[in-house]
Amino acid sequence: MTYVLPGESVPAQHVNLKLGPGLLQVSDAQKSSSIISTRAGELKHTANNRQWWIESNSRRYAPAPQESVIGVVIARSGDNWRVDIGSAHVASLDGLAFEGATKRNRPNLKVGSLLYARVSLAHKDMEPELECFDAQTRKAEGFGELKGGFLAKCSLQMSRMLLDPSHFLLPLLGSKFPLDVAIGVNGRVWISTKEPKHTIAVTRCIEAVDPDGGGMDELGVKKFLGTLDI
Amino acid sequence: MPRPPSPSIPEKEFTYGALKQGLRLDGRLPLELRTPTLSFGPDLGWVECAMGKTRVLAQVDGKMVKPTPERPLEGIITINSEISPMASSEYEPGRPSDEEVTMTRMLDKVLRRSDAVDKESLCVQAGQRVWHLRLTIHCLADAGNLLDCACLAGIVALKHYRRPEVEVVGDEVTIHHPSERAPVSLSLHHTPYCFTFAYFPDTSTQAVLDPSLLEQRLSAGVLSIALNAQRELCVVQKAGGVPLAPDEVLRIVDIAVQKAKELNTLVERRLQEDWATRHVEVR
Repeated sequence: MTYVLPGESVPAQHVNLKLGPGLLQVSDAQKSSSIISTRAGELKHTANNRQWWIESNSRRYAPAPQESVIGVVIARSGDNWRVDIGSAHVASLDGLAFEGATKRNRPNLKVGSLLYARVSLAHKDMEPELECFDAQTRKAEGFGELKGGFLAKCSLQMSRMLLDPSHFLLPLLGSKFPLDVAIGVNGRVWISTKEPKHTIAVTRCIEAVDPDGGGMDELGVKKFLGTLDI
Repeated sequence: MPRPPSPSIPEKEFTYGALKQGLRLDGRLPLELRTPTLSFGPDLGWVECAMGKTRVLAQVDGKMVKPTPERPLEGIITINSEISPMASSEYEPGRPSDEEVTMTRMLDKVLRRSDAVDKESLCVQAGQRVWHLRLTIHCLADAGNLLDCACLAGIVALKHYRRPEVEVVGDEVTIHHPSERAPVSLSLHHTPYCFTFAYFPDTSTQAVLDPSLLEQRLSAGVLSIALNAQRELCVVQKAGGVPLAPDEVLRIVDIAVQKAKELNTLVERRLQEDWATRHVEVR
């Protein structure tokens, strides 16, 4: 395992190199380019050395294009909505960026509504922009307003871990009771279950497993679930 | 950057619904305190207090100064507290926020004006030399109920602190280094603890003790009570517009007394445990 600090040069080389989060290509006057890290963390790459990225944990979200996030509507400005996605700047969402939305028929959002959306534009000099449909099909594909349920907050690494299908937590919880979950990579997880105590159990499990907090393993969670009244 | 938005509608509805059934998001009972963890630093008077993810660091240091002419027989205590953006992204540097003003005033009332520290015992030479104690409070992380955590950290730091021994012969004042003579602890009249209860807009919902960040932001009002284990009330502060019946306040005081007794045993035990590790062999 290699750990890097921001600014370190990374020996990533491939004819068809793809850089993931935390890596940046810089070119100097001699037209030669090098790869440097912009984040502290563990340097990882695929087996064929084609894709490189940095695995790190943080609490502050930096938007990146095509990532699914959960946001809270905080204001309306003209036709757009201002949405808080936990980043340094508020994101904007076009009022027509929903499936089947027209000038006449647009979704009825209120200030404080929760949204599951996709980052469509993330540029360092501009406000992030969101969309609530799939880029190719222009269908909702699960994006849109999240009604009811509860919003749990966790570290960014935890939200990525939950998205991994091989991670133990969600299947384990799903075997105990039915639940709906939407995971935003901005460290927000929307949970909906029939019983409030189940939602609370999920929230507490996420907090316990979070590497930022307890970092509990599968056995620990099973024991912990046994102590809860579910 | 604008202030972060208030909790979203689903969060609000779920929290109110769950609280109505007596369920809290961290699995606590409505009147259950997060057990505080106290850790002591290498220096005397350096205490870190953690309640869940809320963390506060308190530090006491003392020096000799000339007393104010109005109170020549009393020592001076100053409390420095600042909520920096380190605690939470909600706080901005510079201009003190409302929470910060409330907290500073509350700390002043609970720790200084409740006469917890015997100020006259800090006097070395009347009108000439007194001890000036400076209590610095750093808020490291805010996950709700920063005030109680800060008060606890502050009072434990004062209990933990020991000042160097002083000898006065005529006009001559000698300060003995801790390695020469054992430093003496401050003389405290009592140890006040602060408890915060949050009330919700729906009056049928029970009040909760030690609110989390979300509960605090969704509450209609908070009642902070500072008292000691001997049932002596120091401060009662109510913020927010929720109406409270006199009986309710008395009931809350009774609960707070219970909690103060429990907390007092915990604090005394931790201080003793820490003191046991600080044996210095004298040869």
